[in-house]
Amino acid sequence: MNSSTIRTTFAATVLSVAMLPGVQASEHSGTYAFDTEGQHQFINFKISHLGFSWLYGRFNEFDGEFVYDAENPENSKVTVTVQTESVDSNHGERDKHLRSDDFLHVDEYPTATFTSKRIELGDEQGEADIIGDLTLHGVTREITLDAEMVGHGEDPWGGYRMGFEAETELRLADFGITKNLGESAETVELIISVEGVKQ
Amino acid sequence: MQLSNSRKSYGWVAILLHWLIALAVFGLFGLGWYMVDLGYYDDWYRTAPDIHRSVGLILAAVMVVRVAWRLFNPRPEPLAGHSRFEIWAAYGAHLTLYVLIFVAIVSGYLISTADGSSVQVFNWFSVPSVTGRMRELETIVGDVHYWSTWALVGLAGVHALASMKHHFIDRDRTLRRMLKPD
Repeated sequence: MNSSTIRTTFAATVLSVAMLPGVQASEHSGTYAFDTEGQHQFINFKISHLGFSWLYGRFNEFDGEFVYDAENPENSKVTVTVQTESVDSNHGERDKHLRSDDFLHVDEYPTATFTSKRIELGDEQGEADIIGDLTLHGVTREITLDAEMVGHGEDPWGGYRMGFEAETELRLADFGITKNLGESAETVELIISVEGVKQ
Repeated sequence: MQLSNSRKSYGWVAILLHWLIALAVFGLFGLGWYMVDLGYYDDWYRTAPDIHRSVGLILAAVMVVRVAWRLFNPRPEPLAGHSRFEIWAAYGAHLTLYVLIFVAIVSGYLISTADGSSVQVFNWFSVPSVTGRMRELETIVGDVHYWSTWALVGLAGVHALASMKHHFIDRDRTLRRMLKPD
């Protein structure tokens, strides 16, 4: 290990200690609203196309907030509401099809929601399983988001921000979406990246 | 052979355009109806929409020719036995059919080009997007396309029934003069 690596590792350690929930005063406890205005939030999905490649898409319009409890992070909460019509896979005809009753049926189910029920902290610092109810296509099921705190701190404009990335995998049929896209496309991965501004 | 219209009769060009477009309109409606329910693994899943888009855009060009032909040709006068109501109802229906065909074509084109991509007409030429990428445009024009095409075939059905009424009940030349020039 050369000296520059040691310095980098040391800096990283100091940074992660500084980010430990509960180590500092609980100044970063509180309610955070998703930064919809600045668009520092993404709900991306990834699904196989015939087993040959990955198709990525996203939902452009959604809002949410989370309550972060620095003393007891497992008491934190998050809610998200997604406008299903805003699905965007960079192909107009496909997006129209995704909005139809073959898939999201947005006329009938204009929103999808997630409400956390409990949080199980992971072994690694800043990692947690967020367990909650996802309502999609009119079906409510319990899912687990594999979440990681990316960072938090004062932003350059006088606010306080905290960001997370979370992933989960859904079986489309579990949510009543049964259009046959082939065996390789029975599940879809969700990759959610959000930044909240402390209120 | 009488190509142009006269004051009392349609010419071959108008007659052929009429039946060709009637065939295209009902063909496109049927194909559209069929293709939206195709599954991912059906052979026609990609071919049917390709044909639908291509024929639709060629129809646009044919419709422009038809409107120009109508404007620069004499319009055959209504038959003597037709009432004022029949004449105006027919005129209104014909005008509405023209408008609906154009609305259907434009809305269909906009669905395919709402993401900024162009439409490939067979392997012949491509028509670029005029809107560029417009978020969720495809949904709005999709609804317009759905309802305008239903209205179009509905009104075309009424139009056909009216011609039957003239042919079988009134026993006049209304339908016959759209079959061949006098």
